[in-house]
Amino acid sequence: MQSAAKTASAPIRQTPGRRRKIHAADVVIHAILILLTLATLLPFYNVVLMSFSNTVAVSKQMVYLIPTVFDFSAYTYIIHEPRFLKALLVTIFVTGVGTAVNMLVTVTGSYVLSKTGFPGRKIVMGGIVFTMFFNGGLIPFYLTMKNFHLINNLFVMVLPVAVNTFYLIICIAFFRTLPVALEESAKIDGANDLQVLYKVVVPISMPMIATITLFYAVDRWNEWWYGVLFMTNVNLLPLQALLRELLTNYAQVLSSITTSVSVQNSDLQPEMLKMAVLVVSTLPIACLYPFLQKYFSKGVMIGSIKG
Amino acid sequence: MGRTLGKDLFKHRYLYLLLLPTVLFYVLFQYVPMYGVLLAFKEFKYHGGILSGPWVGMDNFKDLVAQSDFWRAFWNTLYISCGRLAFEFPIAIILALLINEVAREKMKKFYQTVYTFPHFISWVIISGIMFNFLGNAGVLNQIIASLGFHKVTFLTDPGLFRAIVFISNIWKEVGWSAIIYLAAIAGINPELYEAAYVDGAGRFQQLKSVTWPSIRGTAAIMLILAVGNAMNGGFDQIFNLYNPGVYSTGDIIDTYTYRSAFSDGLGFGVTTAVGLFKAVLNFSLLYLANFIVKRLGGEGLV
Repeated sequence: MQSAAKTASAPIRQTPGRRRKIHAADVVIHAILILLTLATLLPFYNVVLMSFSNTVAVSKQMVYLIPTVFDFSAYTYIIHEPRFLKALLVTIFVTGVGTAVNMLVTVTGSYVLSKTGFPGRKIVMGGIVFTMFFNGGLIPFYLTMKNFHLINNLFVMVLPVAVNTFYLIICIAFFRTLPVALEESAKIDGANDLQVLYKVVVPISMPMIATITLFYAVDRWNEWWYGVLFMTNVNLLPLQALLRELLTNYAQVLSSITTSVSVQNSDLQPEMLKMAVLVVSTLPIACLYPFLQKYFSKGVMIGSIKG
Repeated sequence: MGRTLGKDLFKHRYLYLLLLPTVLFYVLFQYVPMYGVLLAFKEFKYHGGILSGPWVGMDNFKDLVAQSDFWRAFWNTLYISCGRLAFEFPIAIILALLINEVAREKMKKFYQTVYTFPHFISWVIISGIMFNFLGNAGVLNQIIASLGFHKVTFLTDPGLFRAIVFISNIWKEVGWSAIIYLAAIAGINPELYEAAYVDGAGRFQQLKSVTWPSIRGTAAIMLILAVGNAMNGGFDQIFNLYNPGVYSTGDIIDTYTYRSAFSDGLGFGVTTAVGLFKAVLNFSLLYLANFIVKRLGGEGLV
């Protein structure tokens, strides 16, 4: 808030396209923004460092900014520990199958709903929008999933999240912007709605489809809550649900792990292992992020807010 | 009439086929659980269907309002939501305005890219980062100790919990929330700025009379949506950050519901009643906020 006031105190004439003098207000603005940049990045940097820092490094108390030791034992441990591998596989399954289901349902549904002039469209649309503002709550949802035999079933992290209404509406808004002529000419050539969708509409919508795929993939990768809620079998926990257990209940998780790798390595201290799992959970998102980021700032997300 | 409708349906048969998965999803995973909300007026039986128990009228609600923990969670939720509106909501707008003042496109993009990243990280991971950063041996306490002060128990102090909730959510979401405003700003006709400049408007006056009026509508819609979420309070965040030491200021309705249903054994009937209470209140607040914004001359949601 203070920064806005600072801007006020410096009346600068702003001419678009012309080089202007660097002014006090600009210095203040950049100072704030750079500080915020550091505040955003440093915690991540620190986590990465901690994942390499064994007891020796920590005892030197120098691990916060400058790496002193590169000890990979936490990562070796994760790779050799079946429980982490299982959790990683569960997450990979959920991300792969989940995203595929997400895209299949979202693209077909939004394509149809982007059209007008078929009976029932308004009712379906109204029914969908209503769910954004009202739901049955946690317990009826839990009991319904139980009735569907989805407890201790990997598909509980796929099917109940098959459509994200927000993304669906973005897709609908996007399909509305496509030129009608393309579809019409395909129809004159004798194509039905199915063929129009996958031969004409999908190919020209690839940038949007890629974006929404990435959004869904990140959401599926980040799954932890349905793991916590629906999995009583620890072998079915996704990676981030296991991470959560590790963070809140370290001793119990380790004691449930029976392999000998952990005991042999005395340098492997709790923080190190926690941070290593944290890095493994974050890395795929960090790798996808540049592609993700390319699109959303271009306003893919806009238009949709007003539904 | 019947024949033309039949013809119409047949003509669009492939569209209906394509729509089927979406409709199935919403019916099975949104509307079936919504129907289960009737459990709020029934007694729950572990054997038999969800709704096989007898009707009990408002008994579940009477049990609920007798729980002091429920009221604590209710007020905590309200305070936390109000705090989010007061701190988190305006800061996103301020950040967007600040980024917009950066002249070079590349720098603008760089800042945006950095600030948006934490949005894509889950609260489980963020909580891990925070435990590492704020814990007893964490960076912050190391700095505090090296300056000669006493270490602070950031994560178990009920007096600090809400502040930590607000700050960490700003840290995670402010960049993402700013995007919508930046997009609105990007849509402003540059001629408006030129006209303002010709009229002698300075940088701040341009902000006040060109930029702000153009994002006011967006801000109103975001405000309505935030008010309609007031009874949620941010489950993912609080569930991953809180502990019994901070229940007094940090336990919200959603975390209370989860614990009551799955570990404290308050019963599924009563906890369904909490959910219904919350959903109705959220819906009413949304309606009210929309009404007020429209009354004040704004565009509103519907």
